[in-house]
Amino acid sequence: MRGVPKSVRDLSFWLLPVAGFFAFPDYLVLGSQMLIAGLFALSLDLCLGYAGIVSLGHASFFGVGAYTAGLLALHGWHEPLTGLCVASLAAALAGLATSFLVVDRQGLTRLMVTLGVGFLLHELANRASSITGGTDGLSSLELDPVLGLFRFELSGKVAYLYAGGVAFLAFVFVRRVVRSPFGLSLQGVRENAARMPALGVPVRRRLIAAYTLAAALAGVAGALNAQTTGFVGLETLGFERSASVLIMLVLGGAGRLQGAFLGSALFLVAQHLLSEQSPAFWQFWLGGLVVALSFFARGGLLGALDALLGSLRRRGLAPAGGAGAGP
Amino acid sequence: MSFLGVVFDGIAYGSLLFLISVGLSITLGLMNVVNLAHGAFAMFGGYCSVWLTTTWGLPFLWTLPCVCLAGAGVGALAERLLYQRLYRASHLDQVLLTIGLTFMAVAAATFFWGPTQQRVELPDFLRGQVSVLGLDLGAYRSFLIGVVVLISLGLRGLIERTRFGAQLRAAVDNQQVSAGLGIPVQRVFCLAFALGSALAALGGALGIELLGLEPSFALEYLVYFLLVVSVGGAGSVRGTAFAALALGLCDVAGKYYVPQIGAFIIYALMIVLLMLFPAGLQGRRA
Repeated sequence: MRGVPKSVRDLSFWLLPVAGFFAFPDYLVLGSQMLIAGLFALSLDLCLGYAGIVSLGHASFFGVGAYTAGLLALHGWHEPLTGLCVASLAAALAGLATSFLVVDRQGLTRLMVTLGVGFLLHELANRASSITGGTDGLSSLELDPVLGLFRFELSGKVAYLYAGGVAFLAFVFVRRVVRSPFGLSLQGVRENAARMPALGVPVRRRLIAAYTLAAALAGVAGALNAQTTGFVGLETLGFERSASVLIMLVLGGAGRLQGAFLGSALFLVAQHLLSEQSPAFWQFWLGGLVVALSFFARGGLLGALDALLGSLRRRGLAPAGGAGAGP
Repeated sequence: MSFLGVVFDGIAYGSLLFLISVGLSITLGLMNVVNLAHGAFAMFGGYCSVWLTTTWGLPFLWTLPCVCLAGAGVGALAERLLYQRLYRASHLDQVLLTIGLTFMAVAAATFFWGPTQQRVELPDFLRGQVSVLGLDLGAYRSFLIGVVVLISLGLRGLIERTRFGAQLRAAVDNQQVSAGLGIPVQRVFCLAFALGSALAALGGALGIELLGLEPSFALEYLVYFLLVVSVGGAGSVRGTAFAALALGLCDVAGKYYVPQIGAFIIYALMIVLLMLFPAGLQGRRA
């Protein structure tokens, strides 16, 4: 592993979704859900794992993106890629507007503001039913072929590749961002916000930028969800989505990018298998898992894997080089 | 419904919110733990009461002391086994653990009682209306307000007049100095948590008639409890009471006079209040 460049090691896990495309042709719909959830968790990772802002209302931006993409498709703009861009812009604006409320506050107040914004938008979408469709949502959205070539079809192949392509580009972009001086300064703020001004870092501006960027990416994930499923519902803005994306990220491991995709894939597979028995059954074990995570695996699964490899290496049982996890 | 009727309903709703939220406020101010499972403790009280009335045939009013005791027991147990480890943890860990507990509670309630609304049989004298000064008031709501006023007076006496209350106030103000002065902070924490859980459970049982009881209760009303505490200021009983009453009045009045915007008004109000008073109306800590 030593001679392999870090970029190749970081990106190599993208072979898994490629392999998944050929290995599980019957599960592509679930697969695109995983990729979209992974992208959504990635956007939260930027906010939580790097900038250290715990948010209980991240679904706000997922929902804004989803509704923007849905409304565009409903009112005659059927081109998916530009729809994605507009949705991302709308979510970024929502992020920028609310970032001022979030970054100036600490602790419980900050949590409550993110939670409040989430509930506010949910209620807004619920009440403005002439625009959003209320509890019925926006359905049977029509979209042009991606790049003018690939039409969305029932097997979900195009949706899978489209979601995967966008998620991959977003991953490369976020990886670049967190390794830039900007990303490093975010980690500095996370570790000690009081000292960073002494290094000449404008803490408030950095947090606003990170929050807005995270919102823009969440908007992309929401728009992908709307475009690939052809439906936007109120649950895209719901608290349960905010909670589940937090759990996905922490399950995989926050602050290490790949963890977002690993966590959401495992989460959705477990959900798929366990809720076949009963939804309550799934919810119970999910709760148990989260409790266990908060006690035992603080760095998520990738963190636990790193710790395991580290202890093996100290005993001389494993080669140096690491799990390939963590930028 | 007359204006006074709306005010009365708002006060009844607000006092119920106060009863449930005051425990959350104390634990948050005391231990700095964001307890997202507080709604689950209230829900536990509600289901306890339903179970006692249906399976054991106990009258509703007799279930209330039992519910209090059960809430205190479960609260003390949870504090010793789970929450104790969270005092120095980050907000993220606290959010995770308590959200996990809430999910488990919701799933367990669905498993045992199903997803439908539960009801309790009220005694005859709590049904219908009572006439006070020419005003027709709901008998149950009057009873609820009376109970909450009594409990508040008791709570105030407990906090301001007893040794335990003095220790509690000292620990909220400064934990380390209190421990240095020989106050058994650990025991105070455990007792305060048990007390808060007992009140939440009682509120859950008393609230079946007003709020309903179904498994989603734990999540649905959690935001109201958190709202009361964050607006009132963590650790302040008076602030919590004030915020709960204000919220109850605004919510009932908003839903009655402008039903088309619904709960929107509450969330907007919360964000504005949090902007103006980041530490809450009577908060001790930012």
